[in-house]
Amino acid sequence: MPASNPLADLLAEKGVLLADGATGTNLFAMGLESGEAPELWLDSAPEKITRLHQDFIDAGSDIILTNSFGGTRNRLKLHKAEDRVFALNKKAAEIARAVADKAPRKVIVAGSVGPTGDLLVPLGAMTYESAVDSFSEQIEGLKAGGIDVVWIETMSARDEIRAAAEAAVKHGLPYVYTGSFDTAGKTMMGVHPRDIHKIAADIGDGPLAVGANCGVGASDILSSLLDMTEADPDAIVVVKGNCGIPEFRGTEIHYSGTPPLMADYARLAVDAGARIIGGCCGTSCDHLRAMREAVDSHIKAQRPTVETIVERIGPMRNAVAGNAPAPTRERRGRRG
Amino acid sequence: MADDEIILSELSDDELVQQMHDDLYDGLKEEIEEGTNILLSRGWTPYDLLTEALVEGMRIVGEDFRDGILFVPEVLMSANAMKAGMSILRPLLIETGAPKLGKMVIGTVKGDIHDIGKNLVGMMMEGAGFDVIDLGINNPVENYIEAIEREQPDILGMSALLTTTMPYMKVVIDTMKEKGIRDDYIVLVGGAPLNEEFGKAVGADAYCRDAAVAVETAKELIKRRHNRLAASA
Repeated sequence: MPASNPLADLLAEKGVLLADGATGTNLFAMGLESGEAPELWLDSAPEKITRLHQDFIDAGSDIILTNSFGGTRNRLKLHKAEDRVFALNKKAAEIARAVADKAPRKVIVAGSVGPTGDLLVPLGAMTYESAVDSFSEQIEGLKAGGIDVVWIETMSARDEIRAAAEAAVKHGLPYVYTGSFDTAGKTMMGVHPRDIHKIAADIGDGPLAVGANCGVGASDILSSLLDMTEADPDAIVVVKGNCGIPEFRGTEIHYSGTPPLMADYARLAVDAGARIIGGCCGTSCDHLRAMREAVDSHIKAQRPTVETIVERIGPMRNAVAGNAPAPTRERRGRRG
Repeated sequence: MADDEIILSELSDDELVQQMHDDLYDGLKEEIEEGTNILLSRGWTPYDLLTEALVEGMRIVGEDFRDGILFVPEVLMSANAMKAGMSILRPLLIETGAPKLGKMVIGTVKGDIHDIGKNLVGMMMEGAGFDVIDLGINNPVENYIEAIEREQPDILGMSALLTTTMPYMKVVIDTMKEKGIRDDYIVLVGGAPLNEEFGKAVGADAYCRDAAVAVETAKELIKRRHNRLAASA
């Protein structure tokens, strides 16, 4: 684990930290149109990004994530903004930093780094080196804007996590990474939650924390959390789950989770050993306030089982991650 | 391992087809090409070869993907192997006028660059005998409308991976409704943040949770549509 840094210090001081809620879905509520890049609002509507950060802090967040999830050139290219990677990421960090520094308590600014959307060789055309370069360019901007830690999120491929971690280390920053366990309890690329710990252990001082975000529902991510904390009870584990399940009401997307449900999700997350708890898609400030209250008032209780989670939070969308180590089929012969 | 070495050309037709199912499962591109050429040289029709060796092999892959035994990396390798076989068969299929299951236009919606899931669906649909027109990523509504008017497909497929882009599917379907063409097509939607309820709410015919389900759903809905058309004729 890295030496002293603001996130490690705050964890040591408070035990369990509350991260923030959703960026995308909350910006929708502020008028972002479907298909628009949230990152472009850094230039066209910075006051809204400031407000979202401020609202999260007011609701009790100890950690806020910069509005830079799609800030690699691979993704900005889509909006013809691939030549503004540094500037946009720097601005994302500066906006979050300014809000955090005005807060009455210590608030960590985490630089959000999402997947490039491209596949690494041999499955796709992106080389490992070019992935490191893309992430490095983004992280350089985030660092210049003053982030405390690199927050690599919604990942599914092992090597893409490694590439982003390597880029963080290159810029001398500590890093956290979280996977999205949305496919039969594993990531789309087949990473099991229990295997999340060792992915980047050899890169820099290793991750400051690892965990899960997004995925499917709140019950599913708590089940992933059980796998992660069981595999390494000493690790600092993050869980940032969706606020229930997305549904349309009229023309608006609505998530099924209520504030009381997300409060109970937070209590179960504490019981299951999470040290950093937040929300992903659909998590509003009302939900966060309920989660803050839950984290503050809850005394860590017995480790829940999947059955307890389902009973209190609702049915899982996917099956619990299977234990089959590798695909096996009755075969006639194998090629040498 | 020399003892295990399999000489494809020494296998009987049945054994070779079985072996091709295994080789597809393992994503062995060159072996699939070789097997395809061997069966052709033995006088197999391109259509029988497609359905019995490739489509059947991909059906097994699709099932194990659906059941969480295989994940995206393995399925991509399998689909690439299948594509290699398909590229040998495609001109022959056209030449011999082999029957087609249907045609699909597919694309990722505006603002979304994710094409892994969409590509998988395209490849599996192709593997199942559909014609697939891939519009790529980041498609505004105009692209979809133009493509379906031009191509007259049976199916429109839309993909989104982000919560910020999935509502765009409704924009496309609403535009189709305005133009009075919604019911001329089967609309399938897919992507990680979606679910059945979402598919219904945006007005799609079905939500497909993965590429294997997309193929099954497409076949089923096309069959129903044919029955309906036949009944009303």
